[in-house]
Amino acid sequence: MAHESSYVPGNAVEKWVDERLPIVRFAKEHLVDFPTPKNLNYWWTFGGILAFMLVVQIVTGIILAMHYTPHVAMAFDSVEHIRRDVNGGRIIQAVHAVGASMFFFAVYIHMFRGLYFGSYKAPREILWILGVLLFVLMVTTAFMGYVLPWGQMSFWAATVITNIVAAIPVVGDPILQLLRGGFAVDNATLNRFFSLHYLLPFVIAAVVGLHVWALHIPGNNNPVGVDVKSTRDTVPFHPYYTMKDLFAIVVFCIPFAWFVFFAPDLLGHADNYIMANSQVTPAHIVPEWYFLPFYAILRAIDFNILFIDSKLGGVIFFAGSLLVLFFVPWLDTSKVRSGSFRPVFKWFYWLFIVNFVMLAYLGASAADGNVLGIPVADFSKICTVYYFAYFIVILPLLGRFEVPRPLPPSISESVLKHDAAHAAQATH
Amino acid sequence: MATQSNSAHQEGPAAGRRDFLYVAAGAVGAVGVAGIAWPLINTLNPDASVLALASIEFDISNIAEGESVTIKWRGLPVFIRHRTAAEIEAAKAVPMGDLKDPETDEQRTKPGYEQWLIMIANCTHLGCIPVGEAGEFGGWFCPCHGSDYDTAGRIRKGPAPTNLVLPPYEFVTDTLVQIG
Repeated sequence: MAHESSYVPGNAVEKWVDERLPIVRFAKEHLVDFPTPKNLNYWWTFGGILAFMLVVQIVTGIILAMHYTPHVAMAFDSVEHIRRDVNGGRIIQAVHAVGASMFFFAVYIHMFRGLYFGSYKAPREILWILGVLLFVLMVTTAFMGYVLPWGQMSFWAATVITNIVAAIPVVGDPILQLLRGGFAVDNATLNRFFSLHYLLPFVIAAVVGLHVWALHIPGNNNPVGVDVKSTRDTVPFHPYYTMKDLFAIVVFCIPFAWFVFFAPDLLGHADNYIMANSQVTPAHIVPEWYFLPFYAILRAIDFNILFIDSKLGGVIFFAGSLLVLFFVPWLDTSKVRSGSFRPVFKWFYWLFIVNFVMLAYLGASAADGNVLGIPVADFSKICTVYYFAYFIVILPLLGRFEVPRPLPPSISESVLKHDAAHAAQATH
Repeated sequence: MATQSNSAHQEGPAAGRRDFLYVAAGAVGAVGVAGIAWPLINTLNPDASVLALASIEFDISNIAEGESVTIKWRGLPVFIRHRTAAEIEAAKAVPMGDLKDPETDEQRTKPGYEQWLIMIANCTHLGCIPVGEAGEFGGWFCPCHGSDYDTAGRIRKGPAPTNLVLPPYEFVTDTLVQIG
């Protein structure tokens, strides 16, 4: 967003620095004065919450790495050592483990907010694409981190997920061996996962930098989805949104702290307190809750599609469920950003949310069980079809046939009208 | 300025030679980068200590009929099952048309040793270890994603694409098997 800098160096030292490295000027423009739509609601605080979570994970992770041993014979015990012997280790480890769940909870809210308010539409396509890339990096990092405690779930998650690449024709098996550093998941695998688990968060931090850069070119989207038209539509980022974000972070920390202090293992699996055993698979393996919807899609393809066998088919749909997100800016043909002004879209959107939660539930169910009287295998197929249909069929068609409600002329007028309506209600 | 003289050159008669130099230098650079990248990536491949365990011998004389054991070969679990006559009959009775990955029972075993079924114990879907003597077909059932195998370890139902994989093996004597 083009705007004149309001930064005036206060003294000779600041002036000297500003002429050589205008870092203070940059911070003032982007973190203090940045003009931000005045109508952002609490769904918009999750960007700040995510930045906070990344810092929490990096800080706790660096400390954990000082006490952890990446070796198949010692990894499991070293995590117990952290939880029992290291000063405060019980809390640090729990913050990191629960933190992964809170991180994913926040990122899902952040993404669903973007999907509802059309935050991916022009001119924010690259902003959205970087966001999807961040999600993929988060998934990879979380998966590798989950392997490190070297429990049964860690080991079998590593086996099942690395096996996905074996589905690729011809080069699958050599790549699988390259990935594992052996014929099975073993010490070599654990070591490289530790190395990459330490590396990737810094890659994430770098991409977050690009994500914020891409955000600061067009500026924030907002709940009514109309562009900022004048300074009447905006307020400076600080103190208005720094305080709002900070308040949201504090509220977010309440359930986070509850899990850490009272139920650090509630989101995990009991099987991960059994040391990894390459000879026995746990009776019911499930990924962490935040991967369940995608796991259900992977599992739903249990039939051959023409010359593509069921295994490769599952992997194609699994990868496709993430890749399709990159194309959402072009699949959604509606010119109206905010779902609030799209009467038909709303229904499909909320059905998509219900469907996504349902996929998570199915992902956690036993493969040969029933949900609501329907076999899991069939139910998963129906939900997988809707997941893809939403992006590939519904979003493109809705833009052509839906008649949107009239948009407010500006952000400021929508806010004033909103306030007037509330005042009128209060007097009656 | 350097850029100006460059563009002036490109329009002149030497442009072809200059383009060639750009492409040649770029190509040599790319080969150099690949040449450095490959040894770095190759360190991630299975190392000498992993490859050293490629062949093992196992005494099967203690496995009674109807029993199976799981042993470790190259870090992978391997099933050795001493099949009952009923299991062999059941496997032989299956019509080829019912199979997703058609293989006869004879192709799954060694001639004269058809009671012995030796297979890598990782489900061909995503590598979990199936549970023995379970599932609809009396063979193996994978708890992870519900693949069902019959008494010859052939895939019958579920997402797995192929039968359980047979490792390379030979009977050294009637009771000693060499895997790998």
